Amino acid sequence: MTVAAEMDRPTSKGPAAQTEGPLLELRGLSKHFPIRRGALIPRTVGAVKAVDNVSLTIRRGETLGLVGESGCGKSTIGRCILKLETPTAGSVHFDGADIAAFDGPQTAGFRRRVQAIFQDPFSSLNPRMKVAEIVGEPLIVHKMEPDRNALDARVRALLDVCGLSPRLADRYPHEMSGGQRQRVGIARALALRPDLIVCDEAVSALDVSIQAQIIRLLEDLREEFDLTYLFIGHDLSVVRHICHRVAVMYLGKLVEISESERLFADPQHPYTQALLSAVPVPDPEIEERRDHQVLKGEIPSPSNPPSGCVFHPRCPLADQACTETVPELRDLGDDHKAACLKAGEPPTFQPTTAPP
Amino acid sequence: MTQHASVPAEEFMPRRVTGWGRFGRLVMADKKALVGLVLLSIFVFAAVFGPLISPHDPNDMAFDMILGPSLAHPLGTDDLGRDLLSRLIVGTQVSLFVGISTVALALVLGVTLGVLAGYFGGWVDHVVMRYIDLQWAFPNFIIAVYLVAVLGTGLVNVIVAISLAFVDDFARIARGMVLSIKEEQYVAAARTVGASDFRIMWRHILPNATAPIIVQATVSVSYAILGEASLSFLGLGVEASTPTWGLILSESRSFISRAWWLGIFPGLAIMLTVLSINFLGDALRDFLDVRESRDY
Repeated sequence: MTVAAEMDRPTSKGPAAQTEGPLLELRGLSKHFPIRRGALIPRTVGAVKAVDNVSLTIRRGETLGLVGESGCGKSTIGRCILKLETPTAGSVHFDGADIAAFDGPQTAGFRRRVQAIFQDPFSSLNPRMKVAEIVGEPLIVHKMEPDRNALDARVRALLDVCGLSPRLADRYPHEMSGGQRQRVGIARALALRPDLIVCDEAVSALDVSIQAQIIRLLEDLREEFDLTYLFIGHDLSVVRHICHRVAVMYLGKLVEISESERLFADPQHPYTQALLSAVPVPDPEIEERRDHQVLKGEIPSPSNPPSGCVFHPRCPLADQACTETVPELRDLGDDHKAACLKAGEPPTFQPTTAPP
Repeated sequence: MTQHASVPAEEFMPRRVTGWGRFGRLVMADKKALVGLVLLSIFVFAAVFGPLISPHDPNDMAFDMILGPSLAHPLGTDDLGRDLLSRLIVGTQVSLFVGISTVALALVLGVTLGVLAGYFGGWVDHVVMRYIDLQWAFPNFIIAVYLVAVLGTGLVNVIVAISLAFVDDFARIARGMVLSIKEEQYVAAARTVGASDFRIMWRHILPNATAPIIVQATVSVSYAILGEASLSFLGLGVEASTPTWGLILSESRSFISRAWWLGIFPGLAIMLTVLSINFLGDALRDFLDVRESRDY
C-alpha cells in the first residue's frame, strides 16, 4: 500500500466538503455564443444556443454519462462546469455553492476538487513539458509539495497508479503513444485528489483496444479514490458500460435522463430511441433482423432552432402540438425523465439493443 | 496497490542528452550551425579584443590614401589614409553591440506587449494593437530618425531608437502565436489545474511560440546593424570618429568606382555576421522545438 499511502498525503480539500446533497447541480444552465457581423462596428445578429436551459444533478460517487451528436453542447457543459466558460444564464452549483460567486481562494479550492481529462491526448499535453512537469504542475501550482524530492516521489506514485513506468517521467509527450499520453492526462487530473473529474470524450480519440484499457483504469481509480465522473461521450456502448446514469442531449437541450440500464432498455424520447438503434449489435444474425430507425434530415442550426420541440422536424411521432409547445422534462417515475410530449405513451417503435 | 492494466512493453529508448550538451551536439552535427558558430566566434573575438589585435590605430591618417589591398594593408586604406582592416576590427564592437542589444530590447518589449494583447484580448488588445498599427504605418527607419531627433545622438540613444522602431514586428508575431496557442487543450488543462495567468503565459504559451520569434530576431539583427549605419550616415548615429561598419560602408559611397575594397569589405563583414547569426538561430530553433528534435 505504499503507493496509496504516498497518494494519501494530506490534501486539504478547500472549502469544507459537505456530505449532503448532490455534488454538482446545473440550474437552468445556458451558454449562447453571439454571432457578430460588421467589420468596423460589430453588432450581434444572433446567438448559437450551444446549451439551452439545462438542469441536472450529479450525485456523489456516481458516474453520469452525457451523450449526444457532435455539436449538441455536451462539451460546452463540461467547459462551464470547469469554469472555462461563463454561462449566459443559469448557474453551476458545486457542493451547494454557486461557482460563479467564488473569490480567488475559493476558486483555487474549487480547482483542487474538480479536474478534467480531455479528449485529444495529443493536444492536451504541452509539447514543451516533460511528463514529470506535466503531472507535477498541479502540485506546484497549489503549493502542495514544496520539497523537490517529495514532489518527485509523488509524481512517480501517480504515474504508477495510472499504469505508467516511472521511467517515462523524463519523456516529452511526443515520445509516447496515444494510450500512454492519455494515462499522463489522467495522472495530472488525479494529482490533486479531486472529487469530480470531467471526462470530456476521454477515450474517443483512442484505438478500441486502448479504449478498453483506459476505461478499466478509470473504473479502478473510481473505486480507489471515491471519484465522481461526468463522462461526456458519444460512444453509447462505452457510456453504458461505465455510467450509472445517462443524460441525452439534442441541440443544446437535455431530452432524457435516466438510470443507465433503464435508459438503454426502455428509452422514452424518440431521439434516444433513434440514437440507440444506431448502435450496431455485434451479432450478424440479430443485426440482420433488426429494425433500424434512421432519422430523416440534418441537425438544425443551433442559431435558429425549430419552434416547439427542437426535435420535431426529424421526429417520427411529431404532430401539430410538437411544433408549438416546448416540452418540459417530465418525471416518468423511478428517476426517469424525458422532454417529450409523447413520452409515456406506448412506444411505436421498439429498438433491439445488444444484451448487456 | 493493485497493478492496473499497465502498458506492457517498455519500448526501446536511448538515453537522451539534454540541455546545453544536446545543443552542442546539435551544432556539431549541423554544418551550417558549425560555420555560424565559428564565424560568430571570430567576430566576437574581434569585438572583445579589437584595439589589441588591430595592426594600426584605426584613426591614424598616416598612410597613403586609397591604397588597394597589399601586404602592408591587407584590406587597403581609405580616403583619409586610414588602415581599413584596423577600422573594421575596431568597428566590430559597436556594430555587434548595436545589432544584438537592439534586438534584445525590441524582443523583450515587443513580445511582452504581443503576449499581453493576445492573451487578455479586449481593451488591452485594442490599445496595444492600435499603437502597433500606428507604428506599422510608418517605415521603421523614419521612426528611428524621429526618435534620435527627439532623444539626441549617441550610442545608447541609437540603440533605443532602433529597438523601439522594431517593437511592432515582434508584438505582431507574438500576438498571432498567442491567439492560436491559447485555444490549445493544454492551455485549458492548465487553467483547470489552477495555473495563474502569468504561469500559463510563461510556461505554456511562450515556449510554444518561440520558433517564429527567433527567426524574426535573427533577421532583425541585420536590419539593426544596417539601421545604425544609415543613422550614422545621416549624422544621427554615433560620432563620426567612431569606426562602425555602417559608417565605413556609407563613407565608401563616394569612392566606390575607384576603390572597390572600401565598399566590399565592410559589406562582407555585415553579411557574414548576419549569416552566422541566422545559421545559429536556425539551430536554436530546432533545438527548442522538441518535437522535431532528433538524437545527436
